Amino acid sequence: MKFLTFLAAIVLAGASFAVEPSEVLDDPILEERARSISQSLRCLQCRNESIDESNADIAQTLRVLVRDRLLAGDTDTEVVDFVVTRYGEYVLLRPNGRGANLVLWLAGPVLFLVTVLGLWLVAKAAKPRSDGVPLTPQEEAALQELLARGDEKGPERHEV
Amino acid sequence: MWIETAHFGLTLAFFLAVLGCVVPLMGASLARRTWMELGAVAALGQAALVLFAFGVLTQAFVTSDFSLRIVAVNSHTLKPMLYKVAGVWGNHEGSLLLWVLILTAFAAAVALLGRALPTTLRARVLGVQSAVTAAFLAFILWTSNPFERLPVPPFDGAGLNPLLQDPGLAFHPPFLYLGYVGLSVTFSFAVAALLEARVDAAWGRWVRPWTLAAWLFLTIGIALGSWWAYYELGWGGFWFWDPVENASFMPWLIAAALLHSSIVVEKRELLKAWTILLAILAFGFSLVGTFIVRSGVLTSVHAFANDPERGVWILIILCAFVGGALVLFAWRASALETRGVFSLVSRESALVANNVLLAVSCFVVFVGTIWPLVAEMIFDRRLSVGPPFFDAAFTPFMVALAVILPVGSAIPWKRATLGKTMRRLVPALVLALAFMGLAWSIQTNNSLLGPIGLALGVWLVAGAATEVFTRAAGRWSRLTRLPLADWGKATAHAGLGITIFAVAALTAWEVEDVRVMQIGERVSFGGIGLELRSVENVQGPNFLSEKATFVVFDGANPRAPIFAEKRFYPVAGMPTTEAAIFNGVMRDIYVVIGDAQAGGGWAVRSFIKPFANWIWAGAIIMALGALLSLLDRRHRVAAGAGRKP
Repeated sequence: MKFLTFLAAIVLAGASFAVEPSEVLDDPILEERARSISQSLRCLQCRNESIDESNADIAQTLRVLVRDRLLAGDTDTEVVDFVVTRYGEYVLLRPNGRGANLVLWLAGPVLFLVTVLGLWLVAKAAKPRSDGVPLTPQEEAALQELLARGDEKGPERHEV
Repeated sequence: MWIETAHFGLTLAFFLAVLGCVVPLMGASLARRTWMELGAVAALGQAALVLFAFGVLTQAFVTSDFSLRIVAVNSHTLKPMLYKVAGVWGNHEGSLLLWVLILTAFAAAVALLGRALPTTLRARVLGVQSAVTAAFLAFILWTSNPFERLPVPPFDGAGLNPLLQDPGLAFHPPFLYLGYVGLSVTFSFAVAALLEARVDAAWGRWVRPWTLAAWLFLTIGIALGSWWAYYELGWGGFWFWDPVENASFMPWLIAAALLHSSIVVEKRELLKAWTILLAILAFGFSLVGTFIVRSGVLTSVHAFANDPERGVWILIILCAFVGGALVLFAWRASALETRGVFSLVSRESALVANNVLLAVSCFVVFVGTIWPLVAEMIFDRRLSVGPPFFDAAFTPFMVALAVILPVGSAIPWKRATLGKTMRRLVPALVLALAFMGLAWSIQTNNSLLGPIGLALGVWLVAGAATEVFTRAAGRWSRLTRLPLADWGKATAHAGLGITIFAVAALTAWEVEDVRVMQIGERVSFGGIGLELRSVENVQGPNFLSEKATFVVFDGANPRAPIFAEKRFYPVAGMPTTEAAIFNGVMRDIYVVIGDAQAGGGWAVRSFIKPFANWIWAGAIIMALGALLSLLDRRHRVAAGAGRKP
């Protein structure tokens, strides 16, 4: 049991946790920027965790790196670019829109627009064409009245 | 002895499934009644045999029979009983067996409850269901035999991932599987309808209860998983857009679309081909989900048990069933002619819009999930697609959906005027805008997210209330006489509103505090006080722990103490964190303890999480809505409990 306690002490000491108090910058605005940058960078060793959330050592290294760059006066974009040139675009949790990534970003909007356009064309084609004889005002009024009545009871009528 | 019998029973179930697939399907096309009747017998037989096998496996876990390989690898004598039982499905082989158990249970339910279905349709549904069962049983028997013995049983087991030893997660997979596999029934109904070359209002009515049930279970399963992530993973996130989460979210979105489009089939005999396609895709995404989780091609926080080679099998099953169904669809879809037209402003149009938005948002999730794989294989780029992408690409479609929902659900069928529907919704709209303004003026940051989320939530809840009241013609006495389906619809829509609001509120208004605390020190942030009372070493049943006691202060009044832990599981050699959570209706206080600091004191990370519990409450309300709809008499009848003239 003593051995286990010893083991636990070692392992637990190693399991640090996300943002350490010692890492936090004194300037709250700078710290806020650091946090938001950290949330968009991936911890390289982890599975789908940002460096802001991760307990891994590499994440801590990156967090400190981000803060160092900010203290040195870099803008947010410069900090991110710096990390990307060092570690590759794999660190970006929000993939850039360059090259093939356009497909990723545009897939949803394009599918949506194409669907809406397609539906519009289908609806236009399916529109019942009038036979050219306009309704008389009396017929029109009678039709509107019937339709209005149908509206109120519409759904129930179709229930079996 | 029992183990070998169970293994034999599973083999027998496989042959019964092959028989139960071929004979009823042939019987249906040759019009032989006795052949068709075999479908039900075979379905019940398979269910009994698989249940027996599953029971024997559970018994092996309960009694810690380490001569069984998967028990030795995944269990341990020290593990609490609940997790011994949950260990049955906490591994690849067992979880597949659970999958097949649920598959056969659904087939048996169709056999028992579907007596009112036309004989050929029922035979074909059961035939297709048996085909899926046969494929998965073959997969289990040839690659993932849960009944494999060890020549030399170990003295004790190797344990289970400590993260998984949690009640939330113990019940998460069974619910998820009930949802995934429930969609197999709608798939079977769709394929059977294609074989019959007939889809009518009755078909729409029969398929709806099964979709509702599957969606209900998926909702609960996803909510449980999200809740578990919130309190167990240690930083209070509730959704990570992780491949495995997306795997369960995609069928949920498609099933939601299917729920709505089958209403159009039932009431208006429109959108028939589209509904069939959705039914095929819903189960297709369930299989994709199984593939993603089991193969581990997309690594994720959840990849506890995976094996790429087994993934190939699931891929083959996926291609065979979905591909086959899609070919059949392409061949027969044109035969499903559509009757009737509707104007641009009508319930039909609103439900089409619902379907387009849900299908497109599912597509966005799908592309985002597989993109890292595609980019690496085709473009040779190693990249990540994380939460920031999904937040940006997925959210607009959900916002659009929430904006049109109350209008669409109140608008009449066939042809309507927008003005009339909108006039009824004016109070709801005014209320929503008022809340938005209120939130905007109260909040301390300039986030638009919070106020918009609140407005959408109020809009959905008030819209649902308006609709119930309108249906009751404005009289309280009529409320109790409304059909349960109406209540279900309003409840589910209100639940969605609550979840949307809570997600936005938590994201926008969370307060975080990171600092070093001394024992006995009291700090205040975000309007509350927090005192670190003590930190001590504790020994649990199968772990060691550093346990910190915090007390939350409301002004000068101490509230109940909360406990944060750092645990170490020696058998698994793995540390975990247990957050201290002070649950409240309006907000949770969430505290995580870190390392002892060199200069004395402890690192402490604490959050105020506004409306956190509302996220899962909303999900449970959505599930409740589905349950109410399911209990509606019309659906009980449709499930076949009795026949209506």
